[in-house]
Amino acid sequence: MNLKIHQDHARFRQIVKGRIRKELRKFISSGELIGKEGDKFVSIPLPQIDIPRFRFGDRSKGGVGQGDGEPGDPLSEGEQDGSSEGQAGDQEGQHVLEVDVSIEELAEILGEELELPNLEDKGKDRLVSTRDRYVGIRRVGPESLRHFKRTFREALKRQIAAGIYDPKRPMIIPIRDDRRYRSWKTESVFESNALIIYMMDVSGSMGEEQKQMVRIESFWIDAWLSTQYQGLEKRYIIHDATAREVDRDTFFHTRESGGTMISSAYKLCAEIIDRDYPEQEWNIYPFHFSDGDNWSTDDTRLSLDILENRLVPVSNMFCYGQVHSPYGSGQFIKDLVAKFSDEDKIITSEIPDRDGIPDSIKTFLGKGR
Amino acid sequence: MLRSSRWTFGLPRYLEEIRVVIREYAVECGLDFFPTFFEVVNFDQMNEIAAYGGFPTRYPHWRHGMEYDKLRKSSTYGLSKIYELVINNDPCTAYLLEGNSTVDQKLVMAHVYAHCDFFKNNQWFAHTNRHMIDEMANHAARIRRYMNRFGVEKVERFLDLCLSIDNLIDIHNPPLVRSNQTDWDDEADDTLGPGDVPKLTAKPYMESYINPPEFIEEQKERLREESIQDASFPSRPQRDVMEFLMTHAPLKQWQRSILEIVREEAYYFAPQGQTKIMNEGWATYWHSKIMTEKALDASEIVDYADHASMVTATSGKQLNPYKMGVELFRHIVMCWDKGRYGKAWDDCDDMEARCAWDTGDGLGMEKIFQIRRTHNDITFIDEFLTHEFVREQKMFAFGYNPRHRRYEIESRQFEEVKQQLLSQLTNMGQPPIAVVDANGSNRGELVLEHDHRGIDLDPGYTMEVLTNLYAFWKRAVSIRTKADGEPIIATFDGSEFKEEKIGE
Repeated sequence: MNLKIHQDHARFRQIVKGRIRKELRKFISSGELIGKEGDKFVSIPLPQIDIPRFRFGDRSKGGVGQGDGEPGDPLSEGEQDGSSEGQAGDQEGQHVLEVDVSIEELAEILGEELELPNLEDKGKDRLVSTRDRYVGIRRVGPESLRHFKRTFREALKRQIAAGIYDPKRPMIIPIRDDRRYRSWKTESVFESNALIIYMMDVSGSMGEEQKQMVRIESFWIDAWLSTQYQGLEKRYIIHDATAREVDRDTFFHTRESGGTMISSAYKLCAEIIDRDYPEQEWNIYPFHFSDGDNWSTDDTRLSLDILENRLVPVSNMFCYGQVHSPYGSGQFIKDLVAKFSDEDKIITSEIPDRDGIPDSIKTFLGKGR
Repeated sequence: MLRSSRWTFGLPRYLEEIRVVIREYAVECGLDFFPTFFEVVNFDQMNEIAAYGGFPTRYPHWRHGMEYDKLRKSSTYGLSKIYELVINNDPCTAYLLEGNSTVDQKLVMAHVYAHCDFFKNNQWFAHTNRHMIDEMANHAARIRRYMNRFGVEKVERFLDLCLSIDNLIDIHNPPLVRSNQTDWDDEADDTLGPGDVPKLTAKPYMESYINPPEFIEEQKERLREESIQDASFPSRPQRDVMEFLMTHAPLKQWQRSILEIVREEAYYFAPQGQTKIMNEGWATYWHSKIMTEKALDASEIVDYADHASMVTATSGKQLNPYKMGVELFRHIVMCWDKGRYGKAWDDCDDMEARCAWDTGDGLGMEKIFQIRRTHNDITFIDEFLTHEFVREQKMFAFGYNPRHRRYEIESRQFEEVKQQLLSQLTNMGQPPIAVVDANGSNRGELVLEHDHRGIDLDPGYTMEVLTNLYAFWKRAVSIRTKADGEPIIATFDGSEFKEEKIGE
């Protein structure tokens, strides 16, 4: 149904998005949002979007309430102002509005702000399969779906209300009206056809801050690509001297150390693609983040070899992000650029610090492959 | 009867049957309301209507969208639910939520009829436009027309400005006339020339005693000073800042028209803020009476009790107007039924006698009907809040304790609770602000004054509103107020904002 309010609501959301855009870089480089799923709503604090009026300062204002307690007792916890610590009362113009935005929307705003192009699609039509989910209760339905507990509860309620329930002889007899049935909803499931493989160097030279930068960047890349593809497959690889595949949670929270063999990650990545994702049907985006401090030149040679022969041919693009680390030599990016200077599927970017993240994202995704 | 059946077109039959019965009960109780027309709406529609302040035909503005966003969120998560909406209009319009149980709908209808009685009979509503639904649609049409002609952004921006001062009206002087009052001259004696002092008539030989020459001189001096002050404009502080700007600010015709619209709606809604406790208390009083004494079916009692208790639940910091209002009305009924009022009662110090006091007056009903006609929240609390009531209802005054950084119960003393409550209700909790000078510094600057009664203004908002006022006045705007006990004047001159202490 089209309500008139939707216009006003859309206008309000537009204003909210405008505000978010202004503060976007701040949101992106703070790590608070990472690890959240794309369709989840997150609360972001924005400078107030309200109509200013002359009003009393909140602090000095008391009020009248009802309930127990002696003079000097605090009001119960739930009624305390959330922001009671700190000196909120002394600061001017600190009006904060919490707006709920989905990560998806944020990613879209990010896309608009960084002028990211829409990606080209490869692969066949999306397959849609359907699935039934039991989500609610209703009063009619087939007997096979009868919800016994609810039915008896209704009957009990009715009998108590009507005064015919006898606790000494608790007999509950549901009548037709009491019956409750499970109800279901049919949902479509989209078959995905894009794959992102994140590879992160977790060797000793990558400090916590470096890893955090990688996570933030991967998170936003992930969020943006999710808006581009209905269903998106993600695989996560971490490596030091050996590589292993991990789940999302581990990827975003792990801490490890050791030597660095980049080839191990590339090898594993290639294996995953060969095994699970036929290249004709999949848009494949491997991302690799490291501080560029590889173990040996031999290994670098091996890595570049795998890249050239196994990864680049099947991928839409291959992105390498190098975070600046105080320990690493940062040699790998130079080798990479030297070898693939004329291969435009390979995109490299250096990330000096958190503020560099948006620009790096733009470098990676700005080409629209 | 034909008319009323047309009005309830659309109500499903089982609700229509209930409505007829409830209406009958309401009339029996002595409630006197406009014809009331119910409409059943779904969840989303209810939120929409509520976001528009009850008027689905209202002008478009993003803040309605924001309101909708909030309502939808809190109702989706089950934090709040709007059971009913009543519009002060003739015929009165009320919205019922689709899918509510029958007992809820009964309760809501009884509640609505009582609200409607209150709208119709309370004197504070007397000035409101009873065709507001039409009027709102007209306003919306006007604003849409301006949006088409001058651009959405421009009109929206101006609406924002108007709304930011829509609490600067004079709620105690509500008639919606554009008073082009120049000066109140009707008190002055025509026979007096300029500079003359009104004298008491006296026999010539008594003249120098009754009107001693030095006194006359003094008076002349005073008059002269006053006439200098009179030259300042406006001649007396004007609380209706919106009206003042409408008449005197350099605005375009369409801007004036929008300002007028926002002002009119502010005046329309004001009495609902002024009588929140009474209005909700009255409606709750009657729905509980109608339900428990007449309308409830035996099988519905548990559900009714459950829902009624939710409506009147109290939670520390927030005073529940439903609870406060209904209890006070019940208290008054009890007092006037038992004759617990007047000098004899007030003078009685004997606890035992007070507890047993019952003269069998039976005037309770009559009294509350009278009160609902003449009072607003402030006079209601001022006159009828009693020691007994404060104690029985466990009321307390609380405040913020900066040392412990928390809100604490300050007192349970009757006087303090009452004082706190009254100050909370004064001017609907808005700071009292008036235009005092439109020619500040002799440069046509607008000067406002905040009548400071112990609570400072929020400095951040003050700054923003001054900026907005500048957009109306187009010259420097300042406000005199106090901060931390010191008189200050805050000014926005178009480019920067400054705050100065002023010596008094």
